[in-house]
Amino acid sequence: MSTAWRVADVVGARTETPSARTLRLRIPGLNGHLAGQHVDIRLTAPDGYQAVRSYSIASALPGDEFELTVEELVDGEVSPYLVRTLMVGDQLEVRGPVGGWFVWRPGEETPVQLIAGGSGVVPLMSMARAHAAAASAAPFRLLYSVRTPASVYYRDELDQLGRDPSAPLAVSFVYTRETPPGWEGPPGRLSADRLRAATIPADASPTFYICGATAFVETVSAWLVDDGHDPARIRTERYGGIGGTA
Amino acid sequence: MSEPAYLDGNAAAGPLSEIFSVDVTTARGHCAHCGDETVVARAHLYPDDHGLVLRCSVCEGVLARVVQTPGRISIDLRGLSWLELDVE
Repeated sequence: MSTAWRVADVVGARTETPSARTLRLRIPGLNGHLAGQHVDIRLTAPDGYQAVRSYSIASALPGDEFELTVEELVDGEVSPYLVRTLMVGDQLEVRGPVGGWFVWRPGEETPVQLIAGGSGVVPLMSMARAHAAAASAAPFRLLYSVRTPASVYYRDELDQLGRDPSAPLAVSFVYTRETPPGWEGPPGRLSADRLRAATIPADASPTFYICGATAFVETVSAWLVDDGHDPARIRTERYGGIGGTA
Repeated sequence: MSEPAYLDGNAAAGPLSEIFSVDVTTARGHCAHCGDETVVARAHLYPDDHGLVLRCSVCEGVLARVVQTPGRISIDLRGLSWLELDVE
């Protein structure tokens, strides 16, 4: 039998948006995690049917606890349970934290540009939190494309991180469907021009972490390469409803 | 919203952790089809109910296949002519 799966206790839960919830999990014996890592969660139905999905870690915590933010997918097999049904005190089967590539490590000094499409902000928030926790002097920027003001995750904390003088994070929003009151201009998708205006220029050689739906990730990556950014410094994490029982 | 055709190889870190004792997604691999060299995390991942397929991000040739059945895991690595791992 595999020893990779462990039981996590659900020790906290809070609502982020009408369709997303943050879960705090504890795995006894876990010794921290890297910013940007993910875990796989396995649910088993009474008839033995199993479904496995990957969720990014949102937190940057030492010790045996970490947080996930889960967006409910309509018709999803796993996310509706995690967002609507699971309660503090319940347990989950978890594999990980895993992944050593889409990660940011405190101590890295190169400028970092984070680019999020919707719930793709989750692993990038882990990096922003790790950056703040380490009081890192590495320049950090986040470009966050989101449908409506109500679908923004972590808004208060992002505002706060943006004002933190010890580890500055510059945050820019793109609203694709609806803008907040007082916003200049109509809602609209990210464009090559808006991307260029809101990201660290190529001559500063930033490292990019891009997370979102496949089309978003591919479009943004292609624009960055067109603008002269080195593809070797662009790291991506596509998400989607696909998954298996592996 | 249509389903994406594939994910990034880094999403295979979980299933691969059941087979290998080190994180293979950070390893550099050489595509046996087109010769491209890059980290496994940059490959295209096609998960399914019985395992996963990793394809080269340049030529879409199959790099690796993992098939799980009860009590058994089969791994086909013929599309990777070598793997280079960082060790502590």
